[in-house]
Amino acid sequence: MGAYESRKLAIPETHPEHEEYWEAAAEGNLILKHCDSCGEYHYYPRELCPFCKSDKTTWKGAKGTGTIYTYSVMRKGGQYAIAFVTLDEGPRMMTNIVDCDLNGLHIDQRVKVVFKQSGNQDNPGPFVPCFTPIL
Amino acid sequence: MTIKGRAYIAGAFEHPIRKAPDMSVSTIHAECARGALADAGLSFADVDGYFCAGDAPGGVQSMVDYLGLDVRHVDGTDTGGSSYIAHVSHAAQAIISGACNVALITMGGRPRSEGRSGVKQKMVGANVPDSPFEFPYGPTAVNEYAMATMRHMYEYGTTSEQLAWVKVAASHHASFNPDALLRDVVTVDDVLSSPMIADPLHRLDCCVVSDGGGAIVVVSPEIAKSLKRPLIRVMGAGESIKGLLGGKADITYSGGVWSGAAAFAEAGVKPQDIKYASIYDSFTITVLMQLEDLGFCNKGEGGKFVADGNLISGVGKLPINTDGGGLNNNHPSSRGGMVKLIEAVRQLRGEAHPKVQVSNCDLALVHGTGGGLASRHGSATLILERV
Repeated sequence: MGAYESRKLAIPETHPEHEEYWEAAAEGNLILKHCDSCGEYHYYPRELCPFCKSDKTTWKGAKGTGTIYTYSVMRKGGQYAIAFVTLDEGPRMMTNIVDCDLNGLHIDQRVKVVFKQSGNQDNPGPFVPCFTPIL
Repeated sequence: MTIKGRAYIAGAFEHPIRKAPDMSVSTIHAECARGALADAGLSFADVDGYFCAGDAPGGVQSMVDYLGLDVRHVDGTDTGGSSYIAHVSHAAQAIISGACNVALITMGGRPRSEGRSGVKQKMVGANVPDSPFEFPYGPTAVNEYAMATMRHMYEYGTTSEQLAWVKVAASHHASFNPDALLRDVVTVDDVLSSPMIADPLHRLDCCVVSDGGGAIVVVSPEIAKSLKRPLIRVMGAGESIKGLLGGKADITYSGGVWSGAAAFAEAGVKPQDIKYASIYDSFTITVLMQLEDLGFCNKGEGGKFVADGNLISGVGKLPINTDGGGLNNNHPSSRGGMVKLIEAVRQLRGEAHPKVQVSNCDLALVHGTGGGLASRHGSATLILERV
């Protein structure tokens, strides 16, 4: 037991200020909010920088690579790997690790972004960023 | 404005029920209210302040009317399972300011009857700012705490065997509690051989899902001294909220580092002065990390601290959760803070089971962690003294 099984991702409730994020995701790009005042990236994206409270936040493309900060594989109620990934730009984000042997995961593993569509065929939702090990 | 010594816990009641298929949640609240007021020697007519959290159907507006209260102060603060511990300090503040004299705090729920469990996806309401970036990934109570466990193991070498000792202590205490949901004493091996729920947490690392509830009555010093109950004085309190810090999250520590430090500073005591501690035990990792964050041991040494029975009353240095805690006794409404308060009151009054009663227990700590250890949570710490 450990092989990745495709699972239905719950559809996120989208908020108006994140339109660009979901549009980029549909095109296979991860974008982050960057504060032009203090120079910090943050996650999840906000209008006001959570560090310096400036409203000079803009979207910037991320490399889409990072390392596993922590993770856990659910063994009951459906097998999947939830994780926090530290992006190379700095911020940590909650995600799923997909398309791999879930028994082979470890902290500090290098991963790259892949996008999975939430919902299902009858009710498709936005693509959401997941990660898979870099081989 | 310090609350030190300016409010007292006069009444406490834990509902004996653990499965309530035929009761409404509001009925559980009402029975707990009646039980705690009777314990204090007070009546509903004496209550002029009312406190409840998200488990109370309809919040303060429905509950005040349902209970038929005539109050001049209400507080519906909700920080998950830590809410009721925060309510005691809020009640103390209200009493000091003259907003009320007799504060009733109630909680109750029936997650067991409603089929809720820690492996189901957390439900969130509309417009929660973090929800779009977490909800699709399937965060549950168990896998969030499991992620904190995994990182704690990685950074500090904490082991599953060490975590299991928290459950062993809880099961030992619960064996003396006739109301506990689980009363069998378990071994470290029993925990490690129980099914894996979310790596690295086993089934026996997880608290029970129980129906039930409890209530606490906080009163002014004058009223406390007029009642025929032992005097339990509020000495210090702290509360905090910790989240993912804009992407700079470090999930190896909790908001307990802040709420604990504030409570100890206000009370003017140190962790080594505490005779008994109620430590939130939604999972074994919750206890281990809180003991570190509250200063009972150094950061990263929680594993060594909990091992070899150190949390068992009469055996180890720090007896905790002598009712069996959330791991074995009761975690009503999936919110453990109220039961933590109640067992601390029993210990301070000398009313705990004789097999687990701490001798000369005059100073106790109550700590709660409500929400997710690996996302966002509220922490509340309270220090109580028997006068």
